[in-house]
Amino acid sequence: MKFLLEMQERQRKLFEKGAPLEKLYPVFEANDTFLFTPDHVTRTAPHVRDGLDMKRLMITVVIALIPCVFMAMYNTGLQAHIAIDAGAEPLERWQTAAMEYLGLAFAPDNFLACLVHGALYYLPVLMVTFIFGASCEVLFCIVRGHEVNEGFLVSGMLFPLVLPPTIPLWQVAVGIIFGVIVGKEIFGGTGMNWLNPALTARAFLFFAYPVEISGDRVWTAANTWDNPDAYSGATWLARAFDHGPEAFTGHEEFAGAEEGLAFWDAFLGFIPGSMGETSVLACLLGAGLLIATKIGSWRTMMGAVLGSFVMAGLFNLIAWAVEVDNPFLAVPFWWHWVLGGFAFAVVFMATDPVSSAFTDKGKWIYGGMIGALGMLIRVINPAYAEGWMLAILFMNMFAPLIDYYIKRANIRRRMAFYEA
Amino acid sequence: MEHLNHFLSIGVRAAFVENMALAYFLGMCSFLAVSRRVETATGLGLAVVFVLSVTVPLNNLIFNYILREGAWIATDLTFLRFLTFIGTIAATVQVVEMTLDKYFPKLYAALGVFLPLIAVNCAILGGSLFMVQRDYQFSESMVFGFGAGAGFALAVIALAAIREKLRYSDIPPGLRGLGITFITTGLMAIGFMAFAGIQL
Repeated sequence: MKFLLEMQERQRKLFEKGAPLEKLYPVFEANDTFLFTPDHVTRTAPHVRDGLDMKRLMITVVIALIPCVFMAMYNTGLQAHIAIDAGAEPLERWQTAAMEYLGLAFAPDNFLACLVHGALYYLPVLMVTFIFGASCEVLFCIVRGHEVNEGFLVSGMLFPLVLPPTIPLWQVAVGIIFGVIVGKEIFGGTGMNWLNPALTARAFLFFAYPVEISGDRVWTAANTWDNPDAYSGATWLARAFDHGPEAFTGHEEFAGAEEGLAFWDAFLGFIPGSMGETSVLACLLGAGLLIATKIGSWRTMMGAVLGSFVMAGLFNLIAWAVEVDNPFLAVPFWWHWVLGGFAFAVVFMATDPVSSAFTDKGKWIYGGMIGALGMLIRVINPAYAEGWMLAILFMNMFAPLIDYYIKRANIRRRMAFYEA
Repeated sequence: MEHLNHFLSIGVRAAFVENMALAYFLGMCSFLAVSRRVETATGLGLAVVFVLSVTVPLNNLIFNYILREGAWIATDLTFLRFLTFIGTIAATVQVVEMTLDKYFPKLYAALGVFLPLIAVNCAILGGSLFMVQRDYQFSESMVFGFGAGAGFALAVIALAAIREKLRYSDIPPGLRGLGITFITTGLMAIGFMAFAGIQL
């Protein structure tokens, strides 16, 4: 540690005002705060007496994401191996060659093989995200003269987790560059954006390159299209869309799993989907940490759960009361909670403190609307299989308005109080 | 029930799926100019809702009972539709303006020049032209006019709230003002894509 400190202090001279590397000070500063604590303190009032700074806040979110990251690696491998086991061909990619070189079998019950195979898909995406995203971030910091913030650390962790394993790496780079620059940096950086940068990046990819991020082919890292009878690459959500609740009770396409068992598979996350979003359990672990440290708002999360419950319950009622030709309406709400990206979106995306509503009451409304709207898009919009990304982006747009009206109501209430 | 569904579908489509501002990018001039504060944006939004819900059904009547071939005279007068529609819109706006001036002078002052400008707002004329193109009945055109106006109002009020929040942002000097507003509008359009493809 001492030697690091001395090295930093020696280099500090190079980056100070007037020194040759003055322009690169943000890079030096980022390195310095990464290794040690920031050495600048608040000089003018008001002083907030709290040990929680941006660095600790962001790193807590990263820690909360660890179960999801682990599941991203394990489950990506597991799904590929289940598909290959059922008769799908391995993809003609370097990952397959690497697995053969390492002598690991494509076996679903081999824990290590699953983990390694998944990591071979997940880690390159993560690396590309960080290399390109952080470059943009640092470039803006140097030009605009603000500090490198830890905010990108979280966006950079979230983004790979909401991508399918087979996404081309150049698209990852394009997406994160768009997300960082248009979603955040042009508004002034961390804390000043009104959209969630990771979701902006994903929405950009979703609309620009829909083939690589939707459909039945991309969610499993195996060739599931040449021989679809052996193994269909459709997500469970897509199957529920086609067959309704029957999809879970031994539909012929569904490999005859018992409902109870299938539910726990979906809860634990052993189903195809975006890399890190499948496991509800991992998201719940993260949610526990976020709520305990008061970094993620439990109001937003509860609001979203309630909103989706009301909406899905309404659909269930409609399906129960009248004949409709949309079997998806009948899928019970507890299944909706374990399928697709609901848990991940609600825990990690909706609670982004910058782009969500700021007021406590506003968070209930904001969360509730996300829950209701996401369910609406998921069930009755045939254009999109999943709704949470768009629901959250849509509500990001209305979060300032919700806050505006709540602030106005508060002001009016207090004025009435003091006048009385 | 059938009718209710049909009207609901027209209204929701007009407000969300085919939002005047964020799907067709119509009426951009007032959309960008009067979205600095939520209060004025609310005023503009209400004015657009009112003018659209009045002019679209009115133009519907004029189109179907006067301009259409054989409705009034045997000749096809539909080539006059731009002229007549604009005339109706200008007259309606004039009425709205006088009403606001008399009863809501504050709102009138806040809207300023943009109220008369609604007369040449392409979202308003667009509303009437969409009505012709989609061959709406009178009752349908009432729902459509209100829905399209409500969608525009929602978009402009949301933009105003975002712009009030952006006042605390550190936007690069070259983008301040209209530049960032254009980018914000584009990002909002991505959010409104959530509804694209909904079939009711």
